[in-house]
Amino acid sequence: MKQTPLYQAHKSLNAKFTEFGGWEMPLQYSSIVKEHLAVRTTVGLFDLSHMGELEVYGQGANALVQKLSTNDVGRLTDGRVLYTLFCNEAGGIVDDLLVYRHADNHYMLVVNAANIEKDRTWVENHNDTGAEIRDVSEDTALIALQGPKSIDILKPLVPEQAISEIRYFRFILGEVAGIPTTISRTGYTGEVGFELYVSADNAERLWHALYPEVIAAEGQPVGLGARDTLRLEAGLRLYGMDMDDNTNPFEAGLGKFVKSKGRQFIGKDVLVAAKKKGIAKQMIGFQMLDRAVARSGYTVYQAGEHIGNVTSGAPSPALKCSIGFASITSEAMLNDKIDIEIRGKLHPAKIVKVPFIISSQ
Amino acid sequence: MIPENLKYMESHEWARQEGDIATIGISDYAQSEIQDIVYVELPEVGTELTQKTEFGVIESVKAAFDLYAPVSGEVIDVNESLPDAPEQVNESPYDDGWFLKIRMTDPAELDALLDADSYQAHIEAEHA
Repeated sequence: MKQTPLYQAHKSLNAKFTEFGGWEMPLQYSSIVKEHLAVRTTVGLFDLSHMGELEVYGQGANALVQKLSTNDVGRLTDGRVLYTLFCNEAGGIVDDLLVYRHADNHYMLVVNAANIEKDRTWVENHNDTGAEIRDVSEDTALIALQGPKSIDILKPLVPEQAISEIRYFRFILGEVAGIPTTISRTGYTGEVGFELYVSADNAERLWHALYPEVIAAEGQPVGLGARDTLRLEAGLRLYGMDMDDNTNPFEAGLGKFVKSKGRQFIGKDVLVAAKKKGIAKQMIGFQMLDRAVARSGYTVYQAGEHIGNVTSGAPSPALKCSIGFASITSEAMLNDKIDIEIRGKLHPAKIVKVPFIISSQ
Repeated sequence: MIPENLKYMESHEWARQEGDIATIGISDYAQSEIQDIVYVELPEVGTELTQKTEFGVIESVKAAFDLYAPVSGEVIDVNESLPDAPEQVNESPYDDGWFLKIRMTDPAELDALLDADSYQAHIEAEHA
């Protein structure tokens, strides 16, 4: 298993580890609920160095990223970030990712850890624009600071930069505690927060600069356990759970990230036709009506009929009941009453709007 | 924290004997490993349990864990406060967080379980 440059830092905090996408990552340091609530009320510090970073340079960079993206990368100006999907020719989702525009001839793609090689190959195989592609995942560490106190913590560490003026989905190149950092106002928690990209050599320095400030602000280091419950409450999908190569963006409830007017991209024709024909499966958010926990793979029924499956599910620390996403038939959406089979018994649930919680973002 | 007066299973359930009645729960070590218990599913009064077979489930934020009966017998009482306050298992695994009382068919089954010292050794071996 691969380890991030912060593995020793996690070990010294007595983290429990888990395997994720080929990486040995901290699952939790104290308790998933404590870490989750810290992000909602104060601040949490995350090591996300397993994520992949692909840099695309050169004259053809813009055309290549546009051609691969369902969302309109052409709307980006320098210093902005865009959430997009890459789709295959059949409209299935290759990955979901963030596109950072440094300049017209320089983009950074931030991709899921389990998909780094798949995405690099995908980008390379479709590179007919002469762009230069560099996989800098190994050399790049990513530390996230998420929660209402994240701005106060960063402010004194980022001299001469007005940290609070970086708006949502924008980034700057600056310094945090003297360390060259790409400071991005993004996150996967629903809270105000930052994602900080540094060279792998500087990962420990940045972690140790932030950690005491986080503890002083009554925050916590946060593992992948709480990252999952945080993103669920915020209504954010996870690749490999809520979508894969055989799911199209409409089926994953990500249709608003498909911009087909006046532009071409891989999978467009199939997606336009699929939308015209009508989408047979839809992704919904659900909330359990008793205390039972619905998890990924469980079967969903409505009036005794099998209508789909849970794709992600967990207890919500904020709502004190279980929540999740399920992929169900489109007809079943007309009625918000559903049942989820848990160990042979049907438990009542209802379809609800996502995000499940209103947060500081 | 491993009370001397209890008997333990390798799967971390404990049994406390009072005559032919056994109260059962999970150990402090088990609750600290599982953490954040949010759901407990227990059998109804009157259910017949067989030693070392599943009788219920507890769930943490992260995962579900099966519970195994330390002894055979009939369920005569269930901790009715657990469904609404499952965190008692984390806070008080040997007292408020108990699961069931069982009328044992054969109290001698307890002899096959671990005593406190053997359970301590078992935990250390599992943790190593």
